Amino acid sequence: MSATSPAPLLRVENLTKHFPITAGFFVKREVGRVRAVDDVSFHIAQGETLGLVGESGCGKSTTGRLVLRLIEPTSGKVEIEGRDILSSTPAEMRELRKGMQIVFQDPYSSLNPRMTVEEIILEPLYVQGARPGPEMTRRARKLLETVGLSPNHVVRYPHEFSGGQRQRIGIARALAPQPRFVVCDEAVSALDVSVQAQIVNLLQDLQEEFRLSYLFIAHDLAVVKHISDRVAVMYLGKIVEQADKASLYASPRHPYTQALLASIPVPNPRLRRPRARLTGDVPSAMAPPAGCRFNTRCPHATDLCRTVEPPAIEAAPGHVVACHHVASIPAVSPLAPQR
Amino acid sequence: MIGLVMFSFVVALAVFAWWIAPNDPNRTAIRMRFRPPQLDRVLLLGTDNLGRNMLSRIVHGAQLSLLIGLGVVLLNSVFGVLLGAVAGYFRKLDGPMMRLADALMAFPSILLAIGIAAALGPSAWTAVIALSVVYIPRTARIVRASVLVVREMEFVQAARASGAGHWRIISRHIMPNCMAPLIVQLSFIFAYAVLSEAVLSFLGLGAPPSIPSWGTMISEGRTYIREASWLTIVPGCAIALTVLGLNLMGDGLRDVLDPRLKIEQG
Amino acid sequence: MAAQPLLSVRNLRTVFGTMQGDVTAVDDVSFDVVPGEVLGIVGESGSGKSVTALSIMGLLPQPPGRVAGGEILFEGRDLLKLPKSEMRRMRGSAIGMIFQEPMTSLNPVFTIGDQITETIRVHERIGAAAARVRGIEMLEKVGIPSPQRRIDDFPHQLSGGMRQRVMIAMALSCSPKLLLADEPTTALDVTIQAQILDLLRDLQREMGMAIVIITHNMGVIAEFADRVAVMYAGRIAEEGPVGRIFDAPTHPYTAGLLSSTPDLIGEVPRLRTIPGTLPSLYELPPGCRFAPRCGRRVEACEAGRPATQEIAPGHFAACIRAREGASA
Repeated sequence: MSATSPAPLLRVENLTKHFPITAGFFVKREVGRVRAVDDVSFHIAQGETLGLVGESGCGKSTTGRLVLRLIEPTSGKVEIEGRDILSSTPAEMRELRKGMQIVFQDPYSSLNPRMTVEEIILEPLYVQGARPGPEMTRRARKLLETVGLSPNHVVRYPHEFSGGQRQRIGIARALAPQPRFVVCDEAVSALDVSVQAQIVNLLQDLQEEFRLSYLFIAHDLAVVKHISDRVAVMYLGKIVEQADKASLYASPRHPYTQALLASIPVPNPRLRRPRARLTGDVPSAMAPPAGCRFNTRCPHATDLCRTVEPPAIEAAPGHVVACHHVASIPAVSPLAPQR
Repeated sequence: MIGLVMFSFVVALAVFAWWIAPNDPNRTAIRMRFRPPQLDRVLLLGTDNLGRNMLSRIVHGAQLSLLIGLGVVLLNSVFGVLLGAVAGYFRKLDGPMMRLADALMAFPSILLAIGIAAALGPSAWTAVIALSVVYIPRTARIVRASVLVVREMEFVQAARASGAGHWRIISRHIMPNCMAPLIVQLSFIFAYAVLSEAVLSFLGLGAPPSIPSWGTMISEGRTYIREASWLTIVPGCAIALTVLGLNLMGDGLRDVLDPRLKIEQG
Repeated sequence: MAAQPLLSVRNLRTVFGTMQGDVTAVDDVSFDVVPGEVLGIVGESGSGKSVTALSIMGLLPQPPGRVAGGEILFEGRDLLKLPKSEMRRMRGSAIGMIFQEPMTSLNPVFTIGDQITETIRVHERIGAAAARVRGIEMLEKVGIPSPQRRIDDFPHQLSGGMRQRVMIAMALSCSPKLLLADEPTTALDVTIQAQILDLLRDLQREMGMAIVIITHNMGVIAEFADRVAVMYAGRIAEEGPVGRIFDAPTHPYTAGLLSSTPDLIGEVPRLRTIPGTLPSLYELPPGCRFAPRCGRRVEACEAGRPATQEIAPGHFAACIRAREGASA
């Protein structure tokens, strides 16, 4: 990190979550572990967006929930503004939660169908001890305006809204306690393209207005590229590559990142071309391969990769790669025009 | 809709029992024994082996049936909901609690009720407690199943992310979204309770003989089933009407409360 | 068009009966598919793209859905007038279909071998052993490793991508002339999606079949389709060769859809958006259905349904201002 970079708002170190798999009728015993998140480290500066991408089951959503302590980590450290959230007492935790919020993927199941929009939006404040009153209603109306809905919608119920409008309500709820950090967990993935663009723009506007930091979790690399400052790529519970957006997309170093970028169908028929494809499926997180977890699908895998786990190396300033062969693999983007 | 009408009719009988009943349900009149039902304000449903007025006994029996049914439903909606919510929400307690429920449900329900009623001695309260013990595990299971679905919804995660405590999450976010199947279940439990109360009374384990009960009436009338069949048929019809009404009402509630079924009908 | 169309959909209208009255999900949709070509149908939710596919296959959930008008000509015969038994024979042998959800489109209690040989034997009079041999061949063709062993697996033993391969093997086992693929890769991860699209393209070239691929993903269309039909609120807004649609879209909706899709290659500070939301099928605007969200709206747009005009050979748009030059 260069000296000019601002002090991180969020610092995550060696975060690990293993879900035990139990069996047995009366006495549960552990028969295995899903290594959902394994030794993950990253940081996010104030006003910055870190994109977290990967395929389903790679542990990106679990990471988001661990950071907010919605799930208890197995080990590791999460600090927000220098305060360790994992050792906080329930009372301290409640206070800290004001500063960190989440926006969910599913605009349908993320809003309580039995509550009005006002109750939904203000729920985080009521939890913190606020009492209902005209002042609170004014606040709810203001929040609805902030996210681009009519303030008069406060009295309505979620089922009266479209998917995109519901997502705006979810964002208003996250903004209510005036957080500094928001996890966007596939926040635009379920939306239609024309609506998705509106929500992406809204998230960017809000970031600018309130100096928010985002952990933007998604599987769509194009959306992540658009919204993020830096991007981390996860595969089977590990971050395999992490860099600022420009260098990650222009010169990806990890073979998995390269393959991921090569796989995306680009909305430009003139770029249609045969490309190298990854073969095979993602192995089970219950029994990840020894050594580098990507070795079963990697075109460059050697015996070293099959036995020794690659350490995360800083291949270029701010560009961290976990690959033994980072020096020998050309950093060519599959997206670069090939003439 | 028909169910609601039928059930309301029974409720009306019970509520206005004092006005509808031509005389004291327990007043015996030996000279008036075995009068068959006839078109008469007093003898509409005839009299029984002791000359007691059947109409009076039926409407007062409705009071008992509905009170016991209501008692069972109330106990179920308190304890069944509580236990179900706790089992569904706190996963560590789920296993032991559900095994206990399985064990209770493994007994034939009426035998369990008879056992409990016999142990506590016959009374209306005994019947309520015995039937509640039988049905609470069932209610708890239904509630638990809904809680398991709702607790994974993202709005519950959102409440957790705002720092809401367990009690707030259960009472404000989970339970209001579990009400539909619970209400339907409770209407069926009401019906089962009415039916089971009759069985307990029939066996002499329900209300004491001084309180008119449909089950007791069938039990007493059984001896004269050849000569005076109305002694069993009339209370039998009363039970059938009530139970059918409640069941139809439960089905109706399910249709109204479950939006999925509504769409398919449309 | 020079070649005789394999499939010709003429003025198709599909309605759904609901408690609030009939809803027209597909409204007067016409398009042709010539042998061996790939037609992409792209649209957002409620555009009617999946209902169109189900109408062609005769697989609409009935009730509430029904085809209320139009013709679906396959090799000159109207599928809507075929007797049920003949339509059943048509499905799977002449027209194959694959669905979005590889999890639920396979029956979990039978092995994939049972399911694939059943499909073959429904349409062809061959013995169980011969059908099994063909099944193994098909599995090999769709890239399933060690098919002799895999054929006896149950669906839950396979990954999502593998299941979609099995679905493709089943759909292609009787060498159909037309394959309808309804969001075939939407439920799959991007690396698996790329594998499946490659596979479909290879098989299409090898077997010479036509494909109608339905998707919401402009990238999939650009990579895969020869021609595109863009649907909006039950109607086709624009149709044409893939190069023209992406380079010179004339319908404002197509242009808006393209500019609101984030791009991997370029860099824009801010996404262009289409204001407003998709219309509800219950309250469709009069005239052009895109008019309330359209930046190029004029008064005439609300007057009546815009006629479909041929902008260039094979390039049609249903917009009264389509000829005023391509929008940015």
